[in-house]
Amino acid sequence: MEKVLTRNIGTHTSPVDLKAYEANDGYRGLRKALTQLSPQDCQSMVKNSNLRGRGGAGFPTGIKWSFVPQGDARTPGHTYLVCNADEMEPGAFKDRLLMEYDPHQLIEGMLLSAYSIGADIAYIFIRGEYAVAIRRLRDAIAECYANGYLGKHILNSQFSLELHVHPSAGRYICGEETALINALEGKRANPRAKPPFPQVSGLWGRPTIVNNVETLCNIPHIIDRGPEWFNTLGVGEDSGTKLFGVSGRVNNPGCWELPMGTPIRDIIENHAGGMKSGFQLKGFLPGGGSTDFLVADHLDLAMDYNVIGAAGSRMGTGTLIILDDRTCPVGMVLNLIQFFAQESCGFCTPCRDGLPWTRHVLESLESGAGQPEDLETLAYQVKYIGAIGNTHCALAPGAMEPLQSAMKYFYDDFEQHITTAQCPYRLGRGA
Amino acid sequence: MPKIIVDGQTLEVSQGENVLQACLNAGLDLPYFCWHPAMGSIGSCRQCALVQYQNEHDTHGRLIMGCMTAVTDGARFSMDTSNAVEFRKAVIESLMLNHPHDCPVCAEGGECHLQDMTVMVKHRDRRYTGKKNTHRNQYLGPLIHHEMNRCITCYRCERFYQNYAGGTDLGAQASRDRLYFGRQTDGVLESEFSGNLVEVCPTGVFTDKPFLADYSRKWDLQSAPSICGGCGVGCNIAPGERYGRLKRVHNRYNHEVNGYFICDRGRFGNAYVNSQKRLNYPGLQMPDGRFKAIDHQAALSRAAHWMKNKRVVGIGSPRASIESNYVLQTWLGAKQFCAGFSEREGALTCGIVEILQATRAINPSIKQMESADAVLVLGEDLTNSAPRVALALRQAVRNKSIAMAEQIGIPEWQDAAVRNLAQDALSPLIIVSSAATRLDDIASHVHTLAPNDIANFGDVLIEHLRGNISEDVDIINIADCLMTAKSPLIISGVSLLERGILDSAAGLAETLYDHNPHTMLSLCAPEANSIGAAMLSHTDNLSLAQITERASDIDVLVVLENDLTRRLDPTSMQQLIASGTTIIALDILENETLNHATLALPAASFAESQGTLINMEGRAQRFFPAFKPAHERQPSWQWLLHLAALDGHGELSKIIHFDEIVHACAQQHSPLARLTEVAPDHSFRRHGQKIPRQTPRYSGRTAMSADLSVHEPQQPKDLETPLAFSMEGVNQNQPAALKSFVWSPGWNSNQAIQKFQAETQKPSVGVSSGIRLLISSGKGIPHTSTDRTAFAQSNGWQLIPIQCLHGSEELSAYTDEIAELAGDPFVALTESCALELQVAAGDGVILSSNNVNLSLAVKIVARMAKNCIGFSAGYTQTLSLSAGSHVQLQRDPNWRPFKPLVIASDRRPNAQLRHNRHG
Ligand SMILES: Cc1cc2nc3c(=O)[nH]c(=O)nc-3n(C[C@H](O)[C@H](O)[C@H](O)COP(=O)(O)O)c2cc1C
Ligand code: SF4
Ligand code: SF4
Ligand code: SF4
Ligand code: FES
Repeated sequence: MEKVLTRNIGTHTSPVDLKAYEANDGYRGLRKALTQLSPQDCQSMVKNSNLRGRGGAGFPTGIKWSFVPQGDARTPGHTYLVCNADEMEPGAFKDRLLMEYDPHQLIEGMLLSAYSIGADIAYIFIRGEYAVAIRRLRDAIAECYANGYLGKHILNSQFSLELHVHPSAGRYICGEETALINALEGKRANPRAKPPFPQVSGLWGRPTIVNNVETLCNIPHIIDRGPEWFNTLGVGEDSGTKLFGVSGRVNNPGCWELPMGTPIRDIIENHAGGMKSGFQLKGFLPGGGSTDFLVADHLDLAMDYNVIGAAGSRMGTGTLIILDDRTCPVGMVLNLIQFFAQESCGFCTPCRDGLPWTRHVLESLESGAGQPEDLETLAYQVKYIGAIGNTHCALAPGAMEPLQSAMKYFYDDFEQHITTAQCPYRLGRGA
Repeated sequence: MPKIIVDGQTLEVSQGENVLQACLNAGLDLPYFCWHPAMGSIGSCRQCALVQYQNEHDTHGRLIMGCMTAVTDGARFSMDTSNAVEFRKAVIESLMLNHPHDCPVCAEGGECHLQDMTVMVKHRDRRYTGKKNTHRNQYLGPLIHHEMNRCITCYRCERFYQNYAGGTDLGAQASRDRLYFGRQTDGVLESEFSGNLVEVCPTGVFTDKPFLADYSRKWDLQSAPSICGGCGVGCNIAPGERYGRLKRVHNRYNHEVNGYFICDRGRFGNAYVNSQKRLNYPGLQMPDGRFKAIDHQAALSRAAHWMKNKRVVGIGSPRASIESNYVLQTWLGAKQFCAGFSEREGALTCGIVEILQATRAINPSIKQMESADAVLVLGEDLTNSAPRVALALRQAVRNKSIAMAEQIGIPEWQDAAVRNLAQDALSPLIIVSSAATRLDDIASHVHTLAPNDIANFGDVLIEHLRGNISEDVDIINIADCLMTAKSPLIISGVSLLERGILDSAAGLAETLYDHNPHTMLSLCAPEANSIGAAMLSHTDNLSLAQITERASDIDVLVVLENDLTRRLDPTSMQQLIASGTTIIALDILENETLNHATLALPAASFAESQGTLINMEGRAQRFFPAFKPAHERQPSWQWLLHLAALDGHGELSKIIHFDEIVHACAQQHSPLARLTEVAPDHSFRRHGQKIPRQTPRYSGRTAMSADLSVHEPQQPKDLETPLAFSMEGVNQNQPAALKSFVWSPGWNSNQAIQKFQAETQKPSVGVSSGIRLLISSGKGIPHTSTDRTAFAQSNGWQLIPIQCLHGSEELSAYTDEIAELAGDPFVALTESCALELQVAAGDGVILSSNNVNLSLAVKIVARMAKNCIGFSAGYTQTLSLSAGSHVQLQRDPNWRPFKPLVIASDRRPNAQLRHNRHG
């Protein structure tokens, strides 16, 4: 398969600099757009490419862009593009790879996206711990300013863009696009109610597009080589390639660029090298810590948004977390719930107070103090916290996904914790 | 009108409102926390959930938040479906995880919205077995008590404090289930409206600290509809009494005036009613200067004896009721009566009345001011001189953002969305003042000018608007803001004691009116009944100067609720005392004037008497006694009726009841003709019964006075009002003016008010309280371009009075907590001025002129007109200072801050314990 997003990655041990990036056809898409294409043309190309957002929800990028009011009737002002590089989803590490090893690809993607939607100011809102990526992005941006790729009249065109890197102060919720906007404004990182959507009233109340790093990295290639070419990349329903990652007890955990629609078995068995010896696959989260478990029966499904959705889970970030047969599923869910309860922004009741309550119940189970009615309580909480719309944002429903599916697939494990008054997996420890 | 269907019931709803409002308006009990009728929705608590169906075939539906969903015609909802019921229950159960369940020791208990909602959703058994989160509480000053463990994280406090009232020192901190609402560090809350936290918080986190120290349950309070006497705004309040003490003051909803909020002076400053300095018995001054208590018969016969065939002159008061002033003036005749204003104040207050009786501009209610989309404030620091008006202006400047939101279809109640869209875009607020004001933070333009230059500035603006184009860019900008506004508001007052400012405000409004008939003009009067006193005044009246100059011609001087040291300069006061006139003074509290009276008569306070006050808009409002006056106290009008009868006044000696005074006054003063309509008279009945002052659950009636007698005393009779001093009677559908307290089955908290509103945010059932008596003839005010001289540079600093919410008002300063917050009398300087004098905040200065020498604290302010300095107006220590006079300043090396003997908030001696009492 042809490497697209990672074509500059792996061949160098350090990231490509501007020269090397240009040498490998870098900024060719930008030159093409600024000389031959109108913003509308670019938007149509992205729409026709069927690119779907790689930040988790899989929303079609071209459609999202089309909601930005064109020729804004309101008072004139800025339009913003924000790159969501918060990547705090448990199990996700794909954006980091793209930023650390090919920062110019992201910058070119942002230039083209900004050009398409009419943005004049852009931010990369990046996870604070990504120190290396922050440094490399800043270096690359400096190169761009020095060489006419950023600032006023980019490549002598009418197009201008300011690009800033904003390291996050560090909360998972900052990855939620409207909480991110509040954080950028210096406010508490609570999500905003939608509507209004950021496309209409986002950063500083102005039209704003928030896209994931990987989404944006696709744009230069779509513009450069056309949507038809992009549509041929996927092997299933969806277009393009995708960075898939695997973590857990596999022989070769890592992150690979593969066509959309690659079967899960292929990813786990071939790219991740299969399960470590002595471990069996018990289940897996297909798209990061806030997606529902799937099990061995699902291994032959294609990694496509709708296919995974139909199986009862989500593609999410495309980073799989493997549960093996010697790890307690209750413990794994507890671990995740602990994370989400801690990362709750505290705005709405079901999440703020409901998740710690769930955590408490799981803790009792794990410690052997579980009571039969605890399972009812958990089921009740899944219903109460887990439904989209019950909470103010998607964090809490996301948090409930591993729990609800674990209770579906691993109910015996939950029961055993109660009947034996201990965690059955602890016995095997130390062996 | 769109219709929605809730559980099969069709509701007619208002366009643009949300489903929660619609349900509440229809009388349905949908629980909520974070939504507030005046602050809109944010969707954080998730308590107001319903299920919405796409059409009649949809049986599954989707859970939505009522407060976040706009009504649309034909939309279908269910409150009762098990999904919604279970969800609302789950929300309460979650909110209760960490709640301490300490209702028995919580001041909110019995009027707690959380209790009400918990019962409403029928939550009972908790399933959570873990430990509860706990927090440390903060010291927030003498007014507000903090108990963070009770928080249910509804964000209302932060939203009120910051977004609604503009405070900056209280808000949400931390995250997840560790959220904390408080200040960054312990300290006195800075907002002038902090007391509203008590009512805004749905649980017992923020409670009324003085009330807590002298506590009763809401159901044990006896209340009456009342009016705050703290300033000229006339906010409606509900004082609550038990054991003869005023326990606390709550807001009383009046749609046109205060809505849901009052200021801290109004809430906490009325506790002077319980002061040790109250007069209990008539006092006769003995030769050694001490007073001997005598009974009221003895007092009256003394007075009659002195007055017999003698010249008696009366001094009324802008803080006493219409009725008391009326009786005094009628008794002695206009020629022997003085309205009780100081010379300057009187001219200005009468000026306000004249202007408001003639102007073509709209004289807005406080509520109407919120609709202004450009505001010009001339010479007032409204937050300190008419606090509730300032709060209204904080809402007015948001009109720009509401308009922006409307453009893209965001309804006004989508509070967070409107704020996020508009960011810091505000409608223009132009402040022209002599010193920094507490609205500067939201002003589009601030100009700092000496008082007469403010008037000149206004005149230049008028000229510019009339076509004599100014070249000054500021004038051009400001004129532009006012001319392009849909509803411009000009607002001014008398704080700087400068008539020119009033005239130029009036002139501006008139000039703008030529372009725009929606122009509003509002003028702030300083005291609760300033306008009433001015409306009652007569050209034949004496002035205070006439009285003091010829005091020796007066045999007896009857002073009604007026401390003359606040109206007269020290020399005139001395003159009056030296004249040997016999002074009979009626008042509530000890004061300097009483010290010089031969006979002091104890007057009932607002909480123990009834009367009418006319606020700055010219709205007459009635206050009713919450409890019977103790000891020998009587309402002033009653004392005066007795005196008049003894003096042989034919007409007045026939009057026995309050209502008869009202009728006589209405008949004799045509502008006050509608005084009888202000509130129903004593004969008003609901279903043949009186209206109770006590709640149905009022407890201890048979035991309260068991320490004195085991026999149950008879409940006091009230012959003067339609209210009963008991729980008997009918508390239903009476006019708002007679609503003693709000309560409805299942709604024990102040949120019960929505049960009495036709729509939330709309007037209460029945007539809204108060009647506008000041009606303009609309003939307009001819423009006279006075040629005022610009501020003349002179030797020394010109004194600018600085109004202080805590400290400037006479009666509230008798409340310990207010006195503590008022602090030392001060001189206000800018940083650069302080530098020049080599002083800093916390130092002292000696202020001197011909006849005064005062040592005062230094307070640094952000702006002050050139060659001017401010002084704390209305503080007893600075009464001798005269606004506009010139003084010298010099560092006082010996100055020490005054230390109160008692820390009001601790109710114990000042032992500097404060810092380590939170460990
Ligand atoms: C709790 C939460 C955390 C999220 N974190 C991220 C993140 O770290 N990075 C990201 O790109 N999107 C994240 N998202 C999704 C964003 O809200 C948003 O949908 C995405 O940035 C849109 O980009 P896309 O259209 O390019 O996928 C998160 C969403 C939620 C609810
Ligand atoms: S679900 Fe609610 S509390 Fe949780 S992160 Fe979202 S807004 Fe915050
Ligand atoms: S302190 Fe009161 S008002 Fe503030 S969030 Fe908590 S419960 Fe709500
Ligand atoms: S604004 Fe005036 S009337 Fe209203 S509460 Fe405050 S002091 Fe009383
Ligand atoms: S009242 Fe509707 S969510 Fe709080």
